[in-house]
Amino acid sequence: MKFDTPAGQNPIDQLKVVGKPTDRIDGKYKTTGMAPYAYERHDVATNQAYGYVLGAGIAKGRVRRIDMTAAKRAPGVLGIVTTLDHPRMERGMMNAAFLFGGDEVQHYHQAIAVVVAETFEQARAAAFLVKVDYDSKPGKFDLAAEAKGAKPVPGDSGEGSGGNGEERVGDFEGAFAQAPVQFDETYSTADESHAMMEPHATIAAWDGDKVTLWTSNQMIAWGHGSLAKILGVPKENVRLDSPYVGGGFGGKLFVRADAVLAALAAKAVRRPVKVALTRPLVMNNTTHRPATIQRVRIGATKDGIITAIAHESTSGNLPDGDPETAVSQTKLLYAGANRLTAMKLAHLDLPEGNAMRAPGEAPGLMVLEVAMDEMAEKLGMDPVEFRIRNDTQVDPQDPKRPFSHRDLVGCLRLGAEKFGWSKRNAKPGQVRDGQWLVGIGMAAAFRNNMVMKSGARVRLAADGTVTVETDMTDIGTGSYTIIAQTAAEMMGVSLDKVAVRLGDSSFPVSSGSGGQFGGNSSTAGVYAACVKLREAVAQRLGINSADAVFADGQVRAGNRAAPLGEAARQGEVTAEDTIEFGDISKKQQQSTFGAHFVEVGVDAYTGETRVRRMLAVCAAGRILNPKSARSQVIGGMVMGTGAALMEELAVDTKRGFFANHDLAGYEVPVHADIPHQEVVFLDEVDPMSSPMKAKGVGELGICGVGAAVANAVYNATGIRVRDYPITLDKLLDRMPDAA
Amino acid sequence: MKSFTYERPNTPAEAAAAVARTPNAKFIAGGTNLLDLMKLQIETPTHLVDVNGLNLDKVEATPEGGLRIGALVRNTDLAADPRVWKDYGVLSRALLAGASGQLRNKATTAGNLLQRTRCPYFYDTAQACNKRQPGSGCSALDGVSRSLAVIGSSETCIATHPGDMAVAMRVLDATVETVDAKGGERRIPIAEFHRLPGDRSEVDTTLKLGELITAVTLPKPVAGTHIYRKVRDRASYAYALVSVAAILGKDGSGHVAFGGVAHKPWRVEAAEADLPHGAKAVTAKAFAGAKPTEDNAYKLKLAERTLAAALNQARA
Repeated sequence: MKFDTPAGQNPIDQLKVVGKPTDRIDGKYKTTGMAPYAYERHDVATNQAYGYVLGAGIAKGRVRRIDMTAAKRAPGVLGIVTTLDHPRMERGMMNAAFLFGGDEVQHYHQAIAVVVAETFEQARAAAFLVKVDYDSKPGKFDLAAEAKGAKPVPGDSGEGSGGNGEERVGDFEGAFAQAPVQFDETYSTADESHAMMEPHATIAAWDGDKVTLWTSNQMIAWGHGSLAKILGVPKENVRLDSPYVGGGFGGKLFVRADAVLAALAAKAVRRPVKVALTRPLVMNNTTHRPATIQRVRIGATKDGIITAIAHESTSGNLPDGDPETAVSQTKLLYAGANRLTAMKLAHLDLPEGNAMRAPGEAPGLMVLEVAMDEMAEKLGMDPVEFRIRNDTQVDPQDPKRPFSHRDLVGCLRLGAEKFGWSKRNAKPGQVRDGQWLVGIGMAAAFRNNMVMKSGARVRLAADGTVTVETDMTDIGTGSYTIIAQTAAEMMGVSLDKVAVRLGDSSFPVSSGSGGQFGGNSSTAGVYAACVKLREAVAQRLGINSADAVFADGQVRAGNRAAPLGEAARQGEVTAEDTIEFGDISKKQQQSTFGAHFVEVGVDAYTGETRVRRMLAVCAAGRILNPKSARSQVIGGMVMGTGAALMEELAVDTKRGFFANHDLAGYEVPVHADIPHQEVVFLDEVDPMSSPMKAKGVGELGICGVGAAVANAVYNATGIRVRDYPITLDKLLDRMPDAA
Repeated sequence: MKSFTYERPNTPAEAAAAVARTPNAKFIAGGTNLLDLMKLQIETPTHLVDVNGLNLDKVEATPEGGLRIGALVRNTDLAADPRVWKDYGVLSRALLAGASGQLRNKATTAGNLLQRTRCPYFYDTAQACNKRQPGSGCSALDGVSRSLAVIGSSETCIATHPGDMAVAMRVLDATVETVDAKGGERRIPIAEFHRLPGDRSEVDTTLKLGELITAVTLPKPVAGTHIYRKVRDRASYAYALVSVAAILGKDGSGHVAFGGVAHKPWRVEAAEADLPHGAKAVTAKAFAGAKPTEDNAYKLKLAERTLAAALNQARA
């Protein structure tokens, strides 16, 4: 199905099933341990052996020699595959670092061997016996030091943000110089780890020259093609299966060492092999959100009209890596005739930087929305009003191009009202509650809505049940549920009559999960397949499909009515289709919007910041399932709170690695850090997005929330921290005496 | 994990003898720290002596009016003991500030005293660490050191004792009771139990080979407000950046020990006389000679301000 004109009335608009806050259909399996994750697929292949991945102990250089004498003799060892056994292997899609093969070490904990044994404990113990000699080379590990040599580069996050190295509209420098009110500050954000619960894990088994990988991956088709390329096997000989993913956040968009090494090891020992990355390897072997240094300049009239805005970001990466696209939102969020955005990239020899939940926007809004707060204060304006005054209904870089639907102002106004914003004391450091300095802050949320081609197959059985098959993944987002809701709505059956099967590369290729494009795109693909199935059903029943009404498990046309399953009495009815988006998303800008409001307490003595209240108001088209959508938004708010207050991969700039590489050292918020969270969705639809009229929410929740936290810290203390996260050591020196 | 042998002796003296006579042996109780370290081959004992069955799990009153806490009393049980709750609030609070409910159910009193540092370089076997591998050097000295020691450290080690319970016990003047392989008993004041790294940072305590902790005794309760204030980057389940264990009167007088700042709970009795004069006077003395890194110099100010919070609480 081509989607190139705005959606009209369609069966989804009935909202009998879609739009309801249905419980996740996979929820009961997950909470009772019945949903097997990749490493727990004990039943898929017999005689599974265990692989333990050894990471390089240096950050840059060469592996000179690997002595396996003792390891090979260790109990239970079946084989060892080392990087010296293979020429450097091809990279998969979006891989910047090489995953295996050859003697070059590009970064710390790069995989250099996999030890295979009968048990995990034996494999791990033997891995400690492998002796590696290196030639270590000096590397570049300090972004601040390398930033001066950074070069302007174009870049793409692969998730809907990106652009040229430098983009200009009008004359930024001239307009900024003439602006009556000027603002110019530089900020930094930290390297962050996805820190998903389930580490990267794969079981691989060969059958002749065919290989199956039971893995944990967000993008099955990308992984499928990448593994075929890396392993040098025709695509038809590779199968991926990933029905449950224990979190990905962008860390599992691309094939990583677990999948490659499981396949190589399984071939070497002629047995199925399972490999999970240890937590230190998740942090130093895979990818992370790169740190940034960002400069924002804003020029405005005295009454707060932005006349010039510039946002420049510098990040670092391995050769062939992309920049963090932290300036993307600044192209679209606020009006202003004269504009400059630029990305620079420095060469760093740290592990690979790549997409993490809202790549670009998350660190970009962390900075832009603090800068807006600072500018509002400079103008003597309320921060909410300052944003409203600079709202735009068109793409500021291309004013002929409107937004498909944009109600940022609605989010801001409703949020301000619900949160009690009018009670805020604009003068910082004025509100005290016992030991706590209390402040509130806000920020706009913004994230583009990408649409991706997405396919599905739908099968109708004689008992009236509908089965959906698509290689879409459910990374904890609720894909199973909203896909079931879509099929139930389209076919006029109740949810319990729908089965959803996901994550298998033998199923039709979907959008996959990433860039908050999965929910809208994959359900639109299911919609398309269901439209075909409805036609096929009507044909079998001998009725005109245009007249057919699918409801209550029946198909009705005029005076005729038949149970849906009747159509499959002679055999299953199957339909397959793919939604393909024309240039509709280019003609109009599709984005999602929101407003975050946060109250924090900062301990007047210790500088510890604790969040007390959070509210997000979101405008993201039709909300397919308010319950799972809310879960996505509150999860994003938690993650953004982490970015604002604690999450930082601490770089050892001498040795070139992230030193705090476990979940004791890399702190993410725990339950005690997160208070009541309120989420409100504006009741809206966006007919430009898809037949579902929905947009993404998976990343909107993280966008801007960190800035709202930071602005609240400022309101509480009067201290502006521009180096994130805001840990107490950055406040202490400027805190007044508490006693 | 390396292979190891295992035994369950019947008495504390037998346990001590078993460790003393077996090369590379260790006691195991809750195992919440040791087993993790064994999986990472940071600890590589070849023989484990399980002390869980030794009936050292009672909290009893002492003739002196204090408490004798068996070595195997679980952290959860100790924190909830009504006598501890009532008379040694600083200890309950310290215990409950540590770890998680699940870990406290398993972790023991003696094991808590013996937990090893959380220095990131101790945990990464590709890095130099004198504590893990004597003579290999210390990557932390010019590495990531935000969480590490500011005082009492040496040229070879800037690790901290990571615990909370020991800091409370230090301010309570606890005594560690032990038995050795020959059945000999010893009472070690808590002040002398943990050591500073010096040039032997691999040695955390003054326990001798095979010496087994049987109990920790607390003297008579000390009146005053019992405070344990743990400062950390998140609200729960994190090690202290700085902690303050204090027993303070309304006038501010009393006792204070600091956690998260040194290789042992840090208490300078001579500084305590200044408590009524405010936090600054106390920390100036208690942290005289501190040698922080650039990354952790904030801990000095934090210690002062955290003590100020405790004093404020006591005066309220």
